[in-house]
This record gives sequence, C-alpha cells and structure tokens, in this order.
Amino acid sequence: MAETAAPTVAPDERLVRVGPLARLLTRPDIGAFLGAVAVFLAFGYFARSVNWIGDPGIAAGWTDQAAQYGIVAVPVALLMIGGEFDLSAGVMIGSSGLLLGYLTTFQDMNVWPAMVLVLLFGLVIGFINGLAVVKTKLPSFIVTLATFFVLQGVNAAGTLKLTGQTAIQDIDTASGFNSARRFFAGDLTHYDFKVKVLWWIGITLIGAWLLAKTRFGNWIYSAGGEPNAARNVGVPVARTKITLFMMTSGVAALMGIIEALELRSMQAKEGIGLEFIFIICAVVGGCLLTGGFGSVIGTFFGAAMLGMVQLGIIDAQWDSNWTFTFQGGILFAAVMLNTLIRSRAQKAR
Amino acid sequence: MTVAHLLEADHLSKYYGNIVALNDISVHANAGEVTCILGDNGAGKSSFIKILSGVHQADEGRLLVEGEEVHFASPRDARAAGIATVYQDLAMVPLMSIWRNFFLGAEPRKGFGPVQWFDAGKAKGIVRRELREMGIDIRDPDQPVGTLSGGERQSVAIARAVYFGARVLILDEPTSALGVKQAGVVLKYILQARERDVAVIFITHNPHHAYPVGDRFVILNRGQSLGTFEKSEIDRQELVRLMAGGKELAELEHELEAIKLEV
Repeated sequence: MAETAAPTVAPDERLVRVGPLARLLTRPDIGAFLGAVAVFLAFGYFARSVNWIGDPGIAAGWTDQAAQYGIVAVPVALLMIGGEFDLSAGVMIGSSGLLLGYLTTFQDMNVWPAMVLVLLFGLVIGFINGLAVVKTKLPSFIVTLATFFVLQGVNAAGTLKLTGQTAIQDIDTASGFNSARRFFAGDLTHYDFKVKVLWWIGITLIGAWLLAKTRFGNWIYSAGGEPNAARNVGVPVARTKITLFMMTSGVAALMGIIEALELRSMQAKEGIGLEFIFIICAVVGGCLLTGGFGSVIGTFFGAAMLGMVQLGIIDAQWDSNWTFTFQGGILFAAVMLNTLIRSRAQKAR
Repeated sequence: MTVAHLLEADHLSKYYGNIVALNDISVHANAGEVTCILGDNGAGKSSFIKILSGVHQADEGRLLVEGEEVHFASPRDARAAGIATVYQDLAMVPLMSIWRNFFLGAEPRKGFGPVQWFDAGKAKGIVRRELREMGIDIRDPDQPVGTLSGGERQSVAIARAVYFGARVLILDEPTSALGVKQAGVVLKYILQARERDVAVIFITHNPHHAYPVGDRFVILNRGQSLGTFEKSEIDRQELVRLMAGGKELAELEHELEAIKLEV
C-alpha cells in the first residue's frame, strides 16, 4: 500500500473523525425522539394494567390525540423557524369549524364547497396576520395575540347570536357530510385508528420535505436566522413570512374542518389554549424561540409525546389535572436536552 | 469621449431630513481594478454603498453602468446588473450550513413542472469546487457558518459573489473586525477577485489595508469627497495623513500631549 503513487487528498487535521453515533446525536430532532420513546416506555410501565404497549386500541387513542396537536404544529414549527409566532392558531380551529357549521346548517351549503370557503377564510386570516407583522414590524407575538382575542370574541358572540347557544349543532344534516367525513374524520380500521393520523403523517412529511429539500425551506431558515443577510442576497423575506402565516392559518382551518366533521357540532370555545400546545410541540421538536433552527420531524415526536401524556395519565388512572404539569415538565426537560444537544453539535464539528 | 466605466457614480448626494449624508460624490470603478473608498466613521461610506447596492436611492446625481444611466429600486435590481455587495456582519446566516448560505437566494433547482426542489448534491459539489479554486480552505460544507472565523466568513461571501458572476463586488469593511493574519487572508481574496476581472469596490477605514491592494483611492470626510487618487499619484503616508484628516490628527496629538503633561 505504501508504494501507491495515486494522489490522495490529505485529510484535514482539524477535521476530527465523527462516528455515526455522535453524528446522530447532533440532529435537532433526536431529543424529541428519545423523549417520545421514554414517555412511551414510562406509560408502558405505569399503564400496564390496560396493556399500554400491546393494545392497538390504546395506540389509536393517543395517536388521535397526537394528530390533534401535530397537524397544526407542523406549520407552527415552520413559522417559528422563520422567526415568528402565531398565537391565533388555536382559536382559528374554532372559527373555521364554526364557519363550516354556519355555512352548512344556516346557509344550506354542501359540505365540500363550504370547506373550500373555510380554507380560503383561513388563508385570508393568515395573510392579514402576516401582512400586519411585516408592515408594522411589531412582534408577531403581539399581532397574533390581538387576532386571537378578536376571533375569540367573534366566535362567542357570533355563535350566541346565531343559535342562542354556545355551539353550532347538527352539522351532520348537511349534504355531502358523509363523504367528507370519510375523507377527513373517519376511522381507518376496526381498532378506531383515525384518518386524521394519516393527515398528521402526511403534513409532517410535506413540511419536512419543504424545509430540508426546497428553495422555500432555505428561505425559511434564513428569514428566521438573519433576515437582513437574507434580504441582502435577494431572499423575499416578507413574502416568505406571509406565506408561513397563511400556511399556519390554512392548516388550522383544515383542523377546524376535521373537528367539525368528527364531532358533528362545534363549540364556540373550541381550539382555545391549543396555540401553546402547538408551540410546545415545536420547541420540544428542537425549534429555537429566536428562529432559524428547528425540525419538523422533531415536532412530530413532540406532538406524539404530548398525545401520549394526555391519554397515558388517564390510562394510568392518575388525576388528569396533572396533564398540564407534565406538559410543563416536558417542555422544560426538552429545552434543556435540546440545548445540550446543540452545544454537543457545535463541539462535534 | 472616454471609454465608459463599468460603474460610475456621478455627483451623488443623499439627505436624511436636514442632514447631508453625502454631498456631490463622484466615483468610478473598472473591471480588474480595486477602488478603495476610505473614510472615518460617519464619513458617509455606508450611505454611499447603500446607494450603489440599491438599498437606498440618491436624492441627486446619477448612477451609470457601462455609461448607461440606471435606477436601482432594490438590492435585487443591483444584483441583476451584476453588482454584488458583501456586508461586514450581514453577509451570512450563522445557523445555516456553508452550502445553504452559499446558494441563499439563488438556489439551484431540479424537478418536474411545478414540483421543484433544491438540488443539494449539486450545491455541495459547487461549493467545494469554488472554494478550492479561490484557495479557500474549508473543512466541511455542512458545518454552520457560525462556526467559521470572521475572515473565513468574508472569504466565503466573496467567493459566492464571484461565483454568481458579480461584475462589481462591493465589500463593506471586510477587514475591520479581523486580526492581522485574517485581514491578510481577506486581502488576498480581494486580489483573487481582481484577477478574475471583477471591479472591486473596497470600503475601509484602514489605509494600511487599502494601500497594498488598491488601484484608486477615494477619501470621504463628513459626506464630502477629499479627492480621487490613482495609486501613482499618492504614497502610503499621504493616504494615511489625508485619511486621518491631517489637521484634526495634529490637533488631537496636541491635546493628548497636553493631557500627558497634566498627568
């Protein structure tokens, strides 16, 4: 071997050989994955009386809950990587579901065209959020907090005025309901796995692909990481952010449609509080609050973790009031773990 | 008529309210030359390059590219005209990898019809090749730019601008935050860019960085031009003296002497 004359590139002496395990441990989503496995195993022990690990019906329960969180958490994560928040993502679910209920039961529309209008409504609200943030240069935390409260009032007052109650009922009397429900809110198998779970996985894959493999993904990272540098090299930062807000509200509207079809009625308070759950999923998934860094796959595991906690606490026969405490604990532990991983990532390079 | 310059600023003025940021500045740059813009803080250097790069518009005067008058409404317009600007702190996104940064805003894509994606394999290959050709020694294109040193960051940004066909390369204080050795590295890449027939406009407040690489020197002071000098017309000491505002420096020395005496 020593006498081969072929020119070889000398390995850079500063480039330390990094093993596959160390490389794996530098991924932003590894913390959420390990956390999800840990939570799964923990409830495997504490909820062993209901056969937490082995019973597909149990898995159907927590994946349904996780999908509830995870679908909207995907665009929320992309938005956070793009450097912005959307606190109106939760209430948008209620607004959209109520709008669908209004269009189908009060205006006698078919569910399918009504869904198109609801999705358009979501995109418009997202556009308004985005435009307001970009034009006023106010923090999106404030702008979308305002949207949140405005919509919350509209939902409550509008529903009461229409129905005299706090919910719109009988959405299942609308034409097209059954075909739409099969597509958005039906069951997959006799174990009660929901179609919603496929939506969750599908939207996660699309989000992950967008972020990692497309030009738009590059723009998202740069818009959150260093918007001035991005603008200087010609990235349309404002357009990127507005698009992200529209994606968030649009997917929240989709979630509103799914819920309205699943529950057959829509409460005026639906969705409120979920905006923080979405942010927790994204942060657990490795997204930085300051933007520019994060993972959609990690967010997927974040949502899975929160879904397992929600159902696991019930299955372990603990007081379900502890759920919030667990969610807070997970948030804190995940941030600590992610910080550790990030500093390891920098050392490993 | 003389041959048109590649880029020419003709009697530019810029006001911010009642503040005169630039007053009647004329500068030209040619391919294969380094034009240095020297000036202290507040001299108007950054206002000037922001006009050249399309961030701001001049209130008076004209911008000409190859003798044709142009109006840049945005940095995009300037880039389309082949004018690339590398800003001191704002050239790169630290959390993103080198190859993602390199192609930011000009990502190579492949795909079918409306489904297009970022051709990462091609991007990494080009980054490796281009950096090697510029003689820039980078460990791994996947590493975040934040882990590079300041000089390396500037070098990558220069290589990027040259790769994307910049005919005019504007460098905003590329050496000011750097140590001696790092600054030397960046100066080497400025000469590399010149060898590739790029018109380099090098903004700096350090005459010792400007003199070895510059072909022409423009000295700004408080928004005014103190003159344009070809390298043959000026020596290093004169440049230093003009740059420091000769008289002001003498006064300052005098004051410092006085303080020393009091102590």
